[in-house]
Amino acid sequence: MALLQISEPGESPAPHERRIAIGIDLGTTNSLVATVRNSIAGVLNGEDGHALLPSIVRYLPGGEVHVGYAAQAEQARDPRNTVISVKRFMGRGLKDVAYPENSPYDFVDAPGMVQLRTAAGVKSPVEVSAEILRVLRQRAERALLGGSNSELYGAVITVPAYFDEAQRQATKDAAKLAGLNVMRLLNEPTAAAIAYGLDNAAEGVYAVFDLGGGTFDVSILRLTRGVFEVLATGGDSALGGDDFDHRLFCWVIEKAKLAPLSPEDTRLLLAHARQVKEHLSAHAEAHFHARLASGETVNLVVTQEDFWDMTRTLVAKTLGPTKKALRDAKLTAGDVKGVVMVGGATRMPHVQRAVGELFGQDPLNNLDPDKVVALGAAIQANALAGNRSSEEDWLLLDVIPLSLGIETMGGLVEKIIPRNSTIPYARAQEFTTFKDGQSAMAVHVVQGERELVSDCRSLARFELRGLPPMAAGAARIRVTFQVDADGLLSVSAREQSSGVEAAVAVKPSYGLADDEITRMLKDSFEHAKGDVHVRALREQQVEAERMREAVAAALASDADLLSAEERADVDQALAELGAAAAGSDHRVVKAAIEKANRVTGPFAERRMDRSIKRGLTGKSLEKI
Amino acid sequence: MKISSAMPATIDFSQDHFELFGLPKGFAVDAARLDQRFHELQREVHPDRFATASDSEKRLSMQRATRLNEAYRTLKSPLHRARYMVELAGLDAGMETNTAMPAAFLAEQMEWREALEEAADSSALDGLERKLSQELKLRYAAIEAEFDRGDHTAAVASLRQLMFLEKLRDDIADAQEAMEH
Repeated sequence: MALLQISEPGESPAPHERRIAIGIDLGTTNSLVATVRNSIAGVLNGEDGHALLPSIVRYLPGGEVHVGYAAQAEQARDPRNTVISVKRFMGRGLKDVAYPENSPYDFVDAPGMVQLRTAAGVKSPVEVSAEILRVLRQRAERALLGGSNSELYGAVITVPAYFDEAQRQATKDAAKLAGLNVMRLLNEPTAAAIAYGLDNAAEGVYAVFDLGGGTFDVSILRLTRGVFEVLATGGDSALGGDDFDHRLFCWVIEKAKLAPLSPEDTRLLLAHARQVKEHLSAHAEAHFHARLASGETVNLVVTQEDFWDMTRTLVAKTLGPTKKALRDAKLTAGDVKGVVMVGGATRMPHVQRAVGELFGQDPLNNLDPDKVVALGAAIQANALAGNRSSEEDWLLLDVIPLSLGIETMGGLVEKIIPRNSTIPYARAQEFTTFKDGQSAMAVHVVQGERELVSDCRSLARFELRGLPPMAAGAARIRVTFQVDADGLLSVSAREQSSGVEAAVAVKPSYGLADDEITRMLKDSFEHAKGDVHVRALREQQVEAERMREAVAAALASDADLLSAEERADVDQALAELGAAAAGSDHRVVKAAIEKANRVTGPFAERRMDRSIKRGLTGKSLEKI
Repeated sequence: MKISSAMPATIDFSQDHFELFGLPKGFAVDAARLDQRFHELQREVHPDRFATASDSEKRLSMQRATRLNEAYRTLKSPLHRARYMVELAGLDAGMETNTAMPAAFLAEQMEWREALEEAADSSALDGLERKLSQELKLRYAAIEAEFDRGDHTAAVASLRQLMFLEKLRDDIADAQEAMEH
């Protein structure tokens, strides 16, 4: 189908105009990057050959940062500086953090978002996430741009559908920090639906059940001739596979009667809990075996029944939001044609069974639950970049997950835009003054479903000033909410008779101020310089090692070609090279390599001559 | 489907919701036709189609898509549709004022509320919801007839009662949710 493409003007750019766009699944446990090439969406592997990048970031003293498997390998040894599941902290204060007592981190209760004190300084979850995104960006640039001077056009980044404004804003900030042009934040279950729906030419009502490492989403969609219409979405932005690990971890502590654990042992046992959980998805029982720092060993057998029993309530917690989403969509389970399972945690058989029972049908598992979100994001990114061809003429209509409103008298919430409104959306409502001669009105914007302001999340506050003196209840203040296609809100207020106006683009209280972003950007540039240095050193060290090995091999076979003096020079050059390579300055290493090259030059020439002579006398020539 | 870079002149902001979707003005709406027109128009104006366009085109696209979403949501829901038709007729449904309701209706409301409070489990709530759905179906049929014969005074009275009953439906859903937790 990609052999011959005829496109109408403005529809599909010629190949050389094609904009390179990527989709990123920034997950709690793993992250991925994907793109569309030749009309086919595919995940990009890292240099290590893995598609998944563990969402783990380790900070070393001196500013070096390890991301992914390298960080994962050291997590139990250096838990305080190795950040896992940072997505759970995005846009969240310390009071929102689940079980901080079991977290090894040194939390800093900053205003807005919680921060972590590491060996490389205090880090915000936005900065930690940016490290992950930066690795994925580099992966994409290597794979898609090669050495060319072109740039990535933009990225679509997925977020849990149930993420609120603060969490969305934090994700956008992280992408900006990682140097990505964010074309759109896309809800994870919607991304999965796009990938599934286009792949299977699906029509009808589908549910997407997405249980990831740290978040749970459920979305109900109607697919009609290429239109993906989200009818309702629900979930829990603090429920995921991590919580199942944690239950097992607590069970192990109780069973093995362990004393309070060090951060290292905590991380070790949590990592084991995760492995045992994964093993139990395919086996009737598993051995939980670990050796603590004290030398004490933990040796337990866990059966599937034990595990299902201890996590029953977690599974039940996914069913409430699922039923609510169906009710919001004004549908029943019987109306749903298929249930698409997304997220690694849906591999657990008791989750599969519970979902199957609720919908009265076996869930669909014919796609890779780890990759489908990134693929959907890549497809959306390709379309937004203007690369879609005529046969890819589909449209996505998404919704906001949580109601938006303002505070009224008595700390109550007046909802202005209800949850599950299709975006973009706008709505205005009139309010009035409470006191005679009131000259200002405070507008407090909140997000959530509860009646009381204290139970909702505060997004922004602003004041409408300079109201003309009027009797209580006489002023007519029209408050307008506008939600854009990313689900981000702006609010304006206008007194109708006087025309007094005030407006605010909502930057959630939990989001970062622009100067904070600037500071982080600056830090990251400095850090990027550090990165370049580290990489150059690595490259020179590898080169030095290669050279030492080559010379050693040559000496082993042809040392007779050198005089004693020459041999001494070569040995000295090699010793200097070894010393330089052990240091930390890449320029010194490079100079030592050049010197060794010079000193061994005549030796190499003589070896070449000897090889040629050998070749002429009919001997086989294997290596020069 | 042709996507041109120029904005189609399909969204006229002076049109009412019915004109926007090319539907006859009336309480009975052909839902399939409404859905189809909504999708066709969104395909042309949605911001995802203008992600690479100029800022002014992007803004216009957002306004047009917003207008469409608002119109669709209004016509899709029978309650919102009824309220909109009352407004189009130049009447004030008086939602915010506390005008007296017929005593018989208020007594009926008391019964519904008692039943809701007494519902002890999820299936009792389901039963209540089914009963209410039946009641709403009859009342929407009645308001349709009132609109059809142009009796807006009767329609306003019916609408006010429907608001109470729809609120009751929301409260049943909230009770279901509370039970699931």
